[in-house]
Amino acid sequence: MTPLAGFLLVAALLFSIGLAGALTRRNAILVLIGIELMLNAANLNLIAFWRYGPHPEALTGMMFAIFSIAVAAAEAAVGLGLVIHLHRHAHTTDLDAMNRMRG
Amino acid sequence: MMQETISFTPQLAASPIAGLLWLIPALPMVASGVIALLKQPRRKISATLSIGSLSFSLLLSLVAFGHVLAGWSHGAAVRETVNFTWIQFGSVHVDLGWVLDPLSAVMLVMVSLVGLLIFIYSVGYMEHYENFTRFFCFMSLFAGAMLGVVIANSLLLLFMCWEIVGLTSYLLIGFWYQKPAAAAAAKKAFITTRVGDIFFLLGIVWLFAQTGTLLFYNGGAGSLEAGALSGLLAQPAALGLTAAGAIGLLIFAGAAGKSGQLPLHVWLPDAMEGPTPVSALIHAATMVAAGVYLIARVYPLMQAGALTGGTTAALTVVTWVGAATAVFAALIAVAQNDIKRILAYSTISQLGYMMAGLGMGGVAVGMFHLITHAFFKSLLFLGAGSVIHGCHGEQDIRKMGGLRSDMPLTFATYAVGMLALCGFPLFFSGFWSKDGILEAALHWSVARTPLYLLVFGALLTAFYMTRQVAYVFFGYWRGSKPADESPAVMTLPLVILAGFAMGLGFIGTPAWPWFSGFLESRAVVFNLHGFLEPGLLALMGISTLIVFLGLGLGLMLYGGQSPKPEEPDVLEQAAPVVWGWLRDRLYVDELYGVTVIAFYAWWGRVADWLDRRVWGGAVTGVAWVFRGWAQFNRLLDLNWVDGGFDKGCEELASGGGLLSRVQTGRVQTYLKILALAVALLAAILIWSSRA
Amino acid sequence: MSIAFYLIAALTLAGGLAAVLLKNTVHCALALTVAFAGQALLFLDLDAQFAGFAQILVYIGAVAILVVFAILLTKGSETPKGSVYSRHSFAGLVIAAAVFAMLGWAVIHSVAAVPRGPAATPSVTVLDIGNALMSRYVLPLEIVALLLTAALIGAVIIAMHEKERAK
Repeated sequence: MTPLAGFLLVAALLFSIGLAGALTRRNAILVLIGIELMLNAANLNLIAFWRYGPHPEALTGMMFAIFSIAVAAAEAAVGLGLVIHLHRHAHTTDLDAMNRMRG
Repeated sequence: MMQETISFTPQLAASPIAGLLWLIPALPMVASGVIALLKQPRRKISATLSIGSLSFSLLLSLVAFGHVLAGWSHGAAVRETVNFTWIQFGSVHVDLGWVLDPLSAVMLVMVSLVGLLIFIYSVGYMEHYENFTRFFCFMSLFAGAMLGVVIANSLLLLFMCWEIVGLTSYLLIGFWYQKPAAAAAAKKAFITTRVGDIFFLLGIVWLFAQTGTLLFYNGGAGSLEAGALSGLLAQPAALGLTAAGAIGLLIFAGAAGKSGQLPLHVWLPDAMEGPTPVSALIHAATMVAAGVYLIARVYPLMQAGALTGGTTAALTVVTWVGAATAVFAALIAVAQNDIKRILAYSTISQLGYMMAGLGMGGVAVGMFHLITHAFFKSLLFLGAGSVIHGCHGEQDIRKMGGLRSDMPLTFATYAVGMLALCGFPLFFSGFWSKDGILEAALHWSVARTPLYLLVFGALLTAFYMTRQVAYVFFGYWRGSKPADESPAVMTLPLVILAGFAMGLGFIGTPAWPWFSGFLESRAVVFNLHGFLEPGLLALMGISTLIVFLGLGLGLMLYGGQSPKPEEPDVLEQAAPVVWGWLRDRLYVDELYGVTVIAFYAWWGRVADWLDRRVWGGAVTGVAWVFRGWAQFNRLLDLNWVDGGFDKGCEELASGGGLLSRVQTGRVQTYLKILALAVALLAAILIWSSRA
Repeated sequence: MSIAFYLIAALTLAGGLAAVLLKNTVHCALALTVAFAGQALLFLDLDAQFAGFAQILVYIGAVAILVVFAILLTKGSETPKGSVYSRHSFAGLVIAAAVFAMLGWAVIHSVAAVPRGPAATPSVTVLDIGNALMSRYVLPLEIVALLLTAALIGAVIIAMHEKERAK
């Protein structure tokens, strides 16, 4: 097991945990938490590949990860704003209750 | 010497009266048409038109008669014809025309004179009845048609006018159509004469096919002239008859229907349901005489092939039928109680005499009796009408009586007519005309039986007329209200007719046989030696004896007696069974009812059954097939087409419903699907890159 | 593969697990913070110091706080009645497991292509990052700035109380 593989596995596991959380929890905020975890896992992957990749001095991975963090922050802000807005209308954050778009 | 026949061209006619002969029937017909078109019933106008037109016809008839008489007195045998082509199909043409000869001249005068007198009488008789206008319309039409029969030179034209006469007879018998008996009698008359007319039509068609023409006289080419007759004689028909004989018998069948000869006589007594003037004109003087006139007209055909002194099969049949009818009807007349019924049976009987006279003695013998009979029978009927009028509608002779004093003029004229009918010697026309027939019977070569039958008939005639006169005029009044004499408009024609009934006889005595000479275009001289013909005086004596015997018997049994209506008649007490048969008219009607009418009723039911079940069933069957087919189509449509379509749509909708379940509306479902899809795609990519 | 790696990895994973498993939402948010922290330590282990500190600043300092704010504003701090798991959560679990299986399998069977062993430690200074940002990555930088502005305004608009529409 190379160190890279170790980091990648950790990232994979973290991703799956985040995915499981996003798919299984009722609360909308927890879905966003899951998404954050998935983003983190992706960031970890990026940094790992930057560190153990051929040209770390190009900073590509690092840059990617930094931008990813910034975008994640923006997305979290908007997403949570949406959850708050939704809560104001539906008086709940239960995703199972929000099925007005059903066919 | 014969006058040439004239072909009809619009601008010339050799004898003016012959050219104008068509006016004689046309005027009354036009009068009838005008009356028919009147918007409202108008008594005065209709009576005036009818009497006026018939007077004019009488005038023209007298002129025509005078013309023929003048020709006859100058030794010319007048026979002027005016013929024209009516229809032409290719080379075949059907001609019509009219003829002026002694026979038609005599009939013209008789019909128009008697008709005019009866019209005048009707003005008084029909005054209290409704539908006066309709009556005169029909009577005028009848008069026109009868005159048309008389002048017709074409068997077709004769037949057409014959049919119109039959129609008007139907209309006039059923004049009071609200009475069921009258309507039934009219129907019976029409249908019975129709049976005769069918045979008549067959005869016409056969004659036309055989000779190519229906004109009687056409300058040598007519069907009654030598050429055509020899052709007919050469042609054999069934039962040993020649075509001439067969056609003659067929035509006689038509005459038998119209003139009430034996099997087809059943309509005449029932025809008494019509008003009395109708009975007088149509069923005594004229229409029933049309049959006799027809035989007289086609006599050359009937007589064709007879050897000198001999006779033909057709004429033999005519004689036997006539003689049988004479006796048959006279027997029934003895037991009747309705004043008009007695006269009706008497008419049938006298028509039998006429036919027998034609068959045995020739045209003049039969026609003489026809002429005299017309006058005295119409006199008797009008007298009966006067009696009925005076008795306020009563027609049963057992409820009359003693009218000799209440209605003297009617009695006097009625007595004249009755004596003429009986053949009272010398001063009454019936004696001379009936004796002519008896003389012909005496000299008939075939058999003596008709003579005995006719003599017996004369006895019966005297007897039943005496009975009738005794019941009506002698004895005492048995009715409810007292009787009044009729007005002058009714009694004047009676007087005129009585004059003729007495005086006409003198034109046909053996001493001066003017009538037969006129008809046969022979010169006649007054010669008392005419009485000395063998057997003639004996015959006259016997017939006188018979008349007195009948009168005596009648007076003995009925004179002065006036049994109540409920009491049985004297003869009835003596021979109740026979009386019963006679009163019930010897069951001829019943026989017809059981055979012919029952057959037709059965046939009608069969036809109805066929129509409803078989043809109707077929149609219904077809309709049901179509209905079934339509139902099947409907079911098909409903279940397969619609159902299929509906089912399809339903499935589609439910499928859509099912599919829409995918859209749960929940975010996490979409996320799951996304994640799964990504995982799968990634796996595929990795696998493919590895491979 | 030093002990430190395992410990930090365990910490991160535990934090993550706790974040998705705990019933109380606030506890979840706090566990998330721990996961973020662990992540930052992993970054440091990978000699990506800037990324690690950026992680701490942004994620723990902003995102986690945001999450807590959101939980508070949506009354998520109350103990939820009924199950915290949504319907068909087992399917989600299976899918997540499948994803992990695929990823793990891919990692284990394919890392051989990349050179193993500790490579030379890259020396990355903040100056280098700054230079890169301003030269090579200036466009993404500006776009991200725009994005952040938009997100800022958007989040405010979305989350603020709606005024009653003037009739």
